[in-house]
Amino acid sequence: MLTMKGKAIRRWWPLFVLPTLISFLLGFITPLIQGMYLSFTSFTTVSDAVWVGLKNYRRALQDPEFLHAFWFTLLFTIVTTILVNILAFFVAYMFTKAMKGAKIFRSVFFMPNLIGGIILGYIWQLLLNGVLAHWNISLTYSATYGFWGMVILVCWQQIGYMMVIYIAGLQNVPNDLIEAAAVDGASSKQILYKITIPMMMPSITVCSFLTVTNGFKMFDQNLALTNGEPSNSSEMLALNIYNTFYGRAGFEGVGQAKAVIFLLVVAVIAIIQNRITTRKEVQA
Amino acid sequence: MLGSLRTCKRVLGIISVAALSVAMFGACGSSSADSGTGRVYYLNKKAEEQSTWVKLGQQFQKETGIPVQIQTGGNDYDATLRSEMAKQKAPTMFQADGPSFMKSWTSYAADLSGTTLYKSLSSEYKDSSLTNDSGKPIAVPYAVESYGIIYNKALLKKYFDSSWSSVKSISDLNNFKALKKVADEIQAHKSDLGVKGAFSSAGMDTSSLFRYNYHMATNPVYFEVKSKNESVTKVPKSLKGTYVKYMKNLWDLYLKDSTVVPSAISGKTMDDSAAEFSTGQAVFFQDGTWSYNDIKDQSVSDSDLGVLPMYMGVPNEEDQGLNQVISNYWVVNSKASTADQKATEKFLAWLVNSKDSRKTISQTMGLVTPFKTFDSSEYQVSNPLVAANREYEKAGKKSVTLIPDPSHQWEEDLGSALLSYAQGKGSWSSVKKVYTDNWASEYKLTYDN
Repeated sequence: MLTMKGKAIRRWWPLFVLPTLISFLLGFITPLIQGMYLSFTSFTTVSDAVWVGLKNYRRALQDPEFLHAFWFTLLFTIVTTILVNILAFFVAYMFTKAMKGAKIFRSVFFMPNLIGGIILGYIWQLLLNGVLAHWNISLTYSATYGFWGMVILVCWQQIGYMMVIYIAGLQNVPNDLIEAAAVDGASSKQILYKITIPMMMPSITVCSFLTVTNGFKMFDQNLALTNGEPSNSSEMLALNIYNTFYGRAGFEGVGQAKAVIFLLVVAVIAIIQNRITTRKEVQA
Repeated sequence: MLGSLRTCKRVLGIISVAALSVAMFGACGSSSADSGTGRVYYLNKKAEEQSTWVKLGQQFQKETGIPVQIQTGGNDYDATLRSEMAKQKAPTMFQADGPSFMKSWTSYAADLSGTTLYKSLSSEYKDSSLTNDSGKPIAVPYAVESYGIIYNKALLKKYFDSSWSSVKSISDLNNFKALKKVADEIQAHKSDLGVKGAFSSAGMDTSSLFRYNYHMATNPVYFEVKSKNESVTKVPKSLKGTYVKYMKNLWDLYLKDSTVVPSAISGKTMDDSAAEFSTGQAVFFQDGTWSYNDIKDQSVSDSDLGVLPMYMGVPNEEDQGLNQVISNYWVVNSKASTADQKATEKFLAWLVNSKDSRKTISQTMGLVTPFKTFDSSEYQVSNPLVAANREYEKAGKKSVTLIPDPSHQWEEDLGSALLSYAQGKGSWSSVKKVYTDNWASEYKLTYDN
């Protein structure tokens, strides 16, 4: 039996969903479809596109720098996903134990997240170049320096954020389970590996998903810290796509094609990663 | 009764939703009302001169009643232009920087052959306009700049007067052999002169890279194109790289006789390099007339600023003048309405003919223009680096013209080859390969669609 209110909602909902739906269509679905359409065209402005078929995709895949950027980004994502999650988990574990000033430290660790990527990039560029100046080189001396510079930056920025998620997860691990294990004589190491981590899998799923996608999508930190230098060897996928757009006359569509490929690759990898970690989730 | 209340509610609901949507659409749409006089909308690339341009626009509006809007494209001019041109009230004129850029925008460029602007060009610059496929001028240059090796006259005099110097006057410094001798000796006695090196740092940071992968890079192209008697305003299809070996002479010199070790150049910026020169830490500094604003009013006085041609050891370079570069063109949007195009052409004609605007362009902005209307002495730019170029031209020295390259990507490739060579990771043959193989492949990718 529906109430008056329920009836009204059932009758009127399409009307009230409409404004949001229209904005969603206009602001999200249309650009997505138009973007995909443009990847098959040659264009200067979005209103004068000429259909060219798969030419842009061929050119995108023939570009050695795109492939380099892909492997560079993949390596970067693997390294940062592992480092950020292990360190964030460790920090969260520390701060949920009885410890003086844990709350202050939590806030301090979270703070880098509140600063924009571009600003972070320039600050770290100053810091790291200041150190490297002792050996008369800079971050852009080779891609290796740029790579580790970006790893340090991203760890610094994201550990605090992931820490907050892990803390929430840790606080949700039922105390009686841990107590029962302790009574049964489990060591603290056993408790961590056999109880805490399995119970934390939902948080781990979320955090690894975020770090993987953040790693792939990274743009502003890359732009500010190395701008792809030296000679595009520290260029990640997002920056490569951006640069392709302006690299040669008539290559706007190629940049667009790269963006579509990028979308598909990130989606597939994120889905696989999600499957793997979700499968490990357990119920208490 | 209940029924009519329901209808009333429904109507109200529909009205409110409609109102919401209209408000939303209204924000993104634009009302277009074309007035008979037309309008001018200039998308300006040079953010640093924006306020001066706006003032000029206001003055034109006051004199003619034609509304003028001048906006700056900011750091990302290409991106701004693309989005602005897709709008209903698109720019009626915009800026181009060379043939590669115009390749994308040819279909948006009006034929300017009948305009006062084009007719005001000095005869020697008529050919410098960029043309469309049928040879009509579509982009008219409005600023001509020159560059070379800027030097500190006071420091160089100190060198000439030293007991250990083997070159004794500036007139003997007219080829690469002399330049190398001077630079090597300054480097060896840098503490005697109180400098950190002969040349300021050859920064390979993005802010400074253009000086090497674009400005220095053109010399071997120019000499090859000239030896084959080809056009200097078209992108050559391919290059043999015959003159690339001469560029190695100069690049080696920049690296060896420098304020910094080669391993440090990847991070050195334009600011670093300009600061080293303007505070007297280096004697030489490769850059152009535009850098005057950055180096003036510091420890090097205007009268101590001189410019040398970029000697590389090419035969007969005693006759060589400074490098000339045109990277600022005006383009009228052919897709704007006829009234708007007429208004824009009128604005452009006014810019190069009105007394006030000529004064502003030459004195406030300090632009050297290719227009004959700027020939009289009151429109001469007071910039010692420009004056140096005038001297070379008066003495009959042959300028080196910047030859357009096939793409930005080519410049990137050359920059990376030059940097690898500097860091000892790559050989000079890979630099030459960029001139031959990469030039041809980039030309193919960009022009043979």
